[in-house]
Amino acid sequence: MEYVANKENIAKRIARFFRDGDVVNLGIGLPTLVGNYVPAGVTIVLQSENGFLGLGPAPAKGEEDPMLVNAGGACVTIQPGGCFFDSATSFGIIRGGHVDYTVLGVLEVDQLGNLANYKVPGKLVPGMGGAMDLTVGAKKVFAATQHFDNSGASKLLRRCRLPLTAAAEVDYVVTDIGFFEVRGGAFALKEYFKPYTVEYILEKTDADIVVDKDCMEVDLG
Amino acid sequence: MGRHRHFARIVLPLRLAASIRGAGLSPGPFLPSRPRPYARLEAAPGRDRTIERIGALIMVAKPIITADAAVDLIREGAVVMLGGFMGCGSPAGLLDALERKGTKNLTLVCNDTAMHNLKSGEMTFVARLVAKKQFKKMIVTHIGLNGETQRQMNAGETEVQLVPQGTLAEIIRAAGAGLGGVLTPTGVGTEVEEGKKVVEVDGRKYLLEKALRGDVALIRAKKADKAGNLTYDKTGRNFNPLMASACETVIVEADEIVEIGELDPEVVVTPSVFVTHLVRARQ
Repeated sequence: MEYVANKENIAKRIARFFRDGDVVNLGIGLPTLVGNYVPAGVTIVLQSENGFLGLGPAPAKGEEDPMLVNAGGACVTIQPGGCFFDSATSFGIIRGGHVDYTVLGVLEVDQLGNLANYKVPGKLVPGMGGAMDLTVGAKKVFAATQHFDNSGASKLLRRCRLPLTAAAEVDYVVTDIGFFEVRGGAFALKEYFKPYTVEYILEKTDADIVVDKDCMEVDLG
Repeated sequence: MGRHRHFARIVLPLRLAASIRGAGLSPGPFLPSRPRPYARLEAAPGRDRTIERIGALIMVAKPIITADAAVDLIREGAVVMLGGFMGCGSPAGLLDALERKGTKNLTLVCNDTAMHNLKSGEMTFVARLVAKKQFKKMIVTHIGLNGETQRQMNAGETEVQLVPQGTLAEIIRAAGAGLGGVLTPTGVGTEVEEGKKVVEVDGRKYLLEKALRGDVALIRAKKADKAGNLTYDKTGRNFNPLMASACETVIVEADEIVEIGELDPEVVVTPSVFVTHLVRARQ
């Protein structure tokens, strides 16, 4: 079986977790895609750490407002009922446990729930931005990642090697081949995505995986 | 570069206020033609009358200066707090003036250093000052879109201190609120913890993050009244209100400057007491 990276499937699966009224913060990059797949009929409130609640979709061409941007600096819109606030209030909302879910990108994630996503020393040093606060503060943390990097190495590890964004804060890892819960020092495999198999995941992942008793195949289409 | 904070505490004695009214001064900017409901001051307990038209008189206008005059207030080596998030909410006119003046050895405190694409050479906002090496140190949360900041950091040319965004916001707020610092769970078990005191409260670990003060804050507001009360524009608010509370000199570039009494006190985000100078934004 050959691995084919599929960011859309990661976003699709995560979006299915959300229920009406959930407050969600989506990180920059892959996590932003999740907003495109929230099931019809489910209304969530997106928090944007640069200072507002009620983040809406990108504006139509020609209607961009440079004073209304998301945490990536891109022009967005605000939904009815949304509101603006300063950065201290924004991170009070985040650290204070008022955000139900955050979805963050991954350089490495390990079976203890450690996440590394802000720094490759000497090479890539974008800075943590709001990621450390989000990881510590959100009620549940999703790590969203391709299962393998471009060289084919597993991004799920026994122990992170890069500097950590946060220690033992990740609750769920969703890749393009499966859904894992961080539990008892291992990745508990809850779902494997068609066409991949449990055997494939166990063989190719460089971490301890426990197959959950209710583990099942899911077709994300 | 004096603070005007003390002026805001001046309350005219009752007799003086009455005499000003008695003198029949024509209604001008400081004497609204009719009392506004929110410019009314109730009499102190025990006094038998309500004073009207005094609200505006207890607020002293802040100097309105040019951007060039404003950046003259920034001395070499100063700690400059700059509002804005990827430039959204940064005072562009003040940045241009500071770049023209070329003041060096500054410490920048800002969410980020905006955008500098090393391939195309495109730069926005504070990135131009970074490229001119006006900062000896930058205290920021994210430099992912500024290749030059990363280059200077990796080459050891400029000290870059990366701080979690929520921590940066809170230590600035703490400074403005007279606190020594804050306890935050953010960064526990990471490199951010190094050299910091870990305090355990009810079984949870927190880092002691010390308050961060600045010398000069460069703020972008949507509306300012002449007393220095401020409102902001959407996501342009971000760090501005926090930084305005944490610096000795607080220079506000406002899109619009209105008379005292024209801003509804209920919508003021930054109270005038923090602000020392006003600058009109370019139209």
